[in-house]
Amino acid sequence: MSAGAMERLYEGADWDFPILQRLHDACEDVALSELGLDLYPNQIEVITAEQMLDAYSSVGMPLYYRHWSFGKHFTQHEALYRKGLRGLAYEIVINSSPCISYLMEENTATMQALVIAHAAFGHNHFFKNNYLFKQWTDAEGILEYLNFAKGYVAQCEERYGHAAVEHTLDAAHGVMSHGVFRYPGKKKLDLRGEEKRARDRRAHDERSFNDLWRTVPLGPAKSMTELSLERRKALLGLPQENILYFLEKSAPRLLPWQRELLRIVRQIAQYFYPQGQTKVMNEGTATYVHYRIMNRLHERGGISNGDFLEFLQSHTNVIFQPAFDDPRFSGFNPYALGFAMMQDIERIVTDPDDEDRQWFPEIAGAGDAMAVLRDIWANYRDESFISQYLSPRLMRQMRMFQLHDDPAVKEGIKVEAIHNERGYSRIRRELARRYDVGWSDPNIEVVDVDLVGDRRLILHHHVVNGRLLAEGAARSVLQHLADLWGYDVLLREIGPADAVLKEHGCSPKGTALAA
Amino acid sequence: MQVLDRRLNPGGKNLENRQRFLRRAKAIVRQAVRHSSQSRDISDILEGGEISIPARGVDEPRFHHGPGGVRDEVLPGNKKFAEGDLLPRSGEDGGGSGQDGGGADGEDAFRFILTREEFLDLFLDDLELPDLAKRRLAEVEHEGIRRAGYAVSGSPVNIAIGRTMRHAMGRRIALHRPSPQSVALLEGKLADCADPEGRAALQSEIAALESRMRRIPYIDPIDIRYRRFENVPKAVAQAAMFCLMDVSGSMSEHMKDLAKRFYMLLYIFLTKRYRHVEIVFIRHTDRAEEVDEQTFFHSPATGGTVVSSAFEAMRRIVELRYPPEDWNIYAAQASDGDNSYSDGELTAQLLRDHILPASQYFAYLEVGDADERGEGAASRSSLWGVYDSLRAGGLPLSMRKVTTRGEIFPVFRELFQRRQAGERVAS
Repeated sequence: MSAGAMERLYEGADWDFPILQRLHDACEDVALSELGLDLYPNQIEVITAEQMLDAYSSVGMPLYYRHWSFGKHFTQHEALYRKGLRGLAYEIVINSSPCISYLMEENTATMQALVIAHAAFGHNHFFKNNYLFKQWTDAEGILEYLNFAKGYVAQCEERYGHAAVEHTLDAAHGVMSHGVFRYPGKKKLDLRGEEKRARDRRAHDERSFNDLWRTVPLGPAKSMTELSLERRKALLGLPQENILYFLEKSAPRLLPWQRELLRIVRQIAQYFYPQGQTKVMNEGTATYVHYRIMNRLHERGGISNGDFLEFLQSHTNVIFQPAFDDPRFSGFNPYALGFAMMQDIERIVTDPDDEDRQWFPEIAGAGDAMAVLRDIWANYRDESFISQYLSPRLMRQMRMFQLHDDPAVKEGIKVEAIHNERGYSRIRRELARRYDVGWSDPNIEVVDVDLVGDRRLILHHHVVNGRLLAEGAARSVLQHLADLWGYDVLLREIGPADAVLKEHGCSPKGTALAA
Repeated sequence: MQVLDRRLNPGGKNLENRQRFLRRAKAIVRQAVRHSSQSRDISDILEGGEISIPARGVDEPRFHHGPGGVRDEVLPGNKKFAEGDLLPRSGEDGGGSGQDGGGADGEDAFRFILTREEFLDLFLDDLELPDLAKRRLAEVEHEGIRRAGYAVSGSPVNIAIGRTMRHAMGRRIALHRPSPQSVALLEGKLADCADPEGRAALQSEIAALESRMRRIPYIDPIDIRYRRFENVPKAVAQAAMFCLMDVSGSMSEHMKDLAKRFYMLLYIFLTKRYRHVEIVFIRHTDRAEEVDEQTFFHSPATGGTVVSSAFEAMRRIVELRYPPEDWNIYAAQASDGDNSYSDGELTAQLLRDHILPASQYFAYLEVGDADERGEGAASRSSLWGVYDSLRAGGLPLSMRKVTTRGEIFPVFRELFQRRQAGERVAS
């Protein structure tokens, strides 16, 4: 540990590029020697507020294909920002290699230090090491793939018209949340290979085009034998919860370019899939890392007392958790919960009490907090992280309680558990479940389609706890699905004991089909 | 690590997406613009501004859970609850917070800000100056000039210096014109040379070079090139818009306000949609004068009312500056409908014989006080009667009555609505 005093890194609020460089180097020193982080190379980009707004509307990515919905988000953010209702984020960080962090030009020098420590080191380490990101994202290929996607969509618009492309994308976006694989497949995502595959296929089509094939008479139509339900399902790989994948592979009336668009949307959804599952951990890690780094820099004299107070103020704002009856309350703040848990783990490892020894025998008093944390950062997602490491002490601190709302109980909502001996495990289990995407997203899968018969696509929603789909939205999405599929679509909501609770049906309007 | 400054990168990355969004939501946005323009002042219309449209029109549907069902919720900040407590559902006491965070059903309106250009585009969408192209478009050809290469003759102002010097240099190189440097070199040698024989040789060499320089000029007339211009016919639809307004004492402030609003709309519309439109403002009491825009709208005047004076002024101006063969003439008149009794015949005659034949379109806007309503009152005003009889005679004359601010825009729209081919303007 290099604890020696250091030069003051900057004076006052202004920053320039040499200061950014110094800040980065100082942070890197702490991050590598003290925290033992493992990082992608960093790339720091300074941007204006307008560019930040641009980045907002394309989910933080520096480039994206064109679609009206991004314009919608842009106008919305812009309106809020202009009226001063909402500030902008201090930074955006992209899971790519090199890891790109955007810093706003308005930030003070202290804020830049905070943001560099937070994004360029905290998030960076998490992106590189967490198993979900390793499994599902291809940090090296993402920017090139997005570039390819943008070009491909633009090309399609030129060839097939804006309306057709827009309609296909609308439909694909509607089921984007059901366009991911939740279980790892046989091969790793390779976005560069994806791009090459699409290019090769097009080149092959052009090379092997021969108009004569069109004139070759076809034999009499083969009589399709009636396949058994089991066989039919096996052939189509049903049941399939990745709806986009199923449509891409099996929808009978889609054109090749439409399949490619579905594939693009699906790949991007898959890329973002881990981020939704690791909000608490990701922000917790980054907040913990910036807190450690900034404290160390201050200790060594790199940051003055006054500037450190500025940091503490923003840090406290970030990790503020309003209580449930506070008007500002909108669920758990991932920064607050994540940071509190990381600090709590550090305490358990270095200075445990009897309760901790009883709850966390494997890490209590292990001594090396960073080794334990690094291991946790690499191997957990929000749901498993909370169900393993939320300690009774933190539950007491945050005064957590669990409500159970059963419409059958007319008297009211029951307080199921509070922060006491009997409630700890229940609260922990329930909170962990809130972060399980498999639990919070509706569980919908394609179960059957009769390609020989009426070709009706049948989907099932497995209803849990009587929570049905929102009617209006479900209808609109089904319309999109029907347009892509080309034939009727039926969604059944299946309750306990296979009872059908509700059915939604939809017929295609035919507008999605260019041919 | 690398620090990049992206601040100078071109902005407006999302402009295209934004336009797509507006295009998609066009029908709804247009309605919202109409709606918001009714509650705004005319001068504010030019400013663009916040628009709110129903979120339904532009939503992006996703599958998500609806309300209902058994829900569990973990919340922070327990103060007084014990296990097993029952909280009444309707109560304010914390029970109401048992909502699914993923629901997001609260949003009912989508707000955003339109720029001035976008606002005006939508605001004036599907309006058109009627029959602009009908009369003269084919013949009214305006000679424009266009660059057309180089010529060996032309006016001195059009000399193409670069081209000329290039030719001159080519010629000098080809004919081996000695450069001033080589002469200077020899002269230097001559100054250094003491030997008389050598001096003589050098002198003759210098003389030869100088005579050669004189014979081969630096710039010769054959080098000179002129920029050539060609005349190209340009079709121009040019129009003159006459704004006539009664500013006499019988016009109340309210009426003037209505008229002003109408003309302002007209003015915005014209300046937005047509570049080659000239606007003439004529105000009249018992005599008419041509005024500038500022005076027309803002300066007070009093007197009686003789409408024919305005028509007379207009006729004069048309004769003087806007021959109907070359200009499409549009006129809009705003008045409270009063006219001196003896003037009716003259007005009708001027209108019939001079104004209407010269004009493509004539709109008459009768402004009234807010309390009088309906066409019944309108039909009794003296001007309305005169015009109505003219219109009955089949002359292209549009007339509307306006009594409140809210009617201005609908009437304006009605008068300038884009029409189907073949539909008559007069109504």
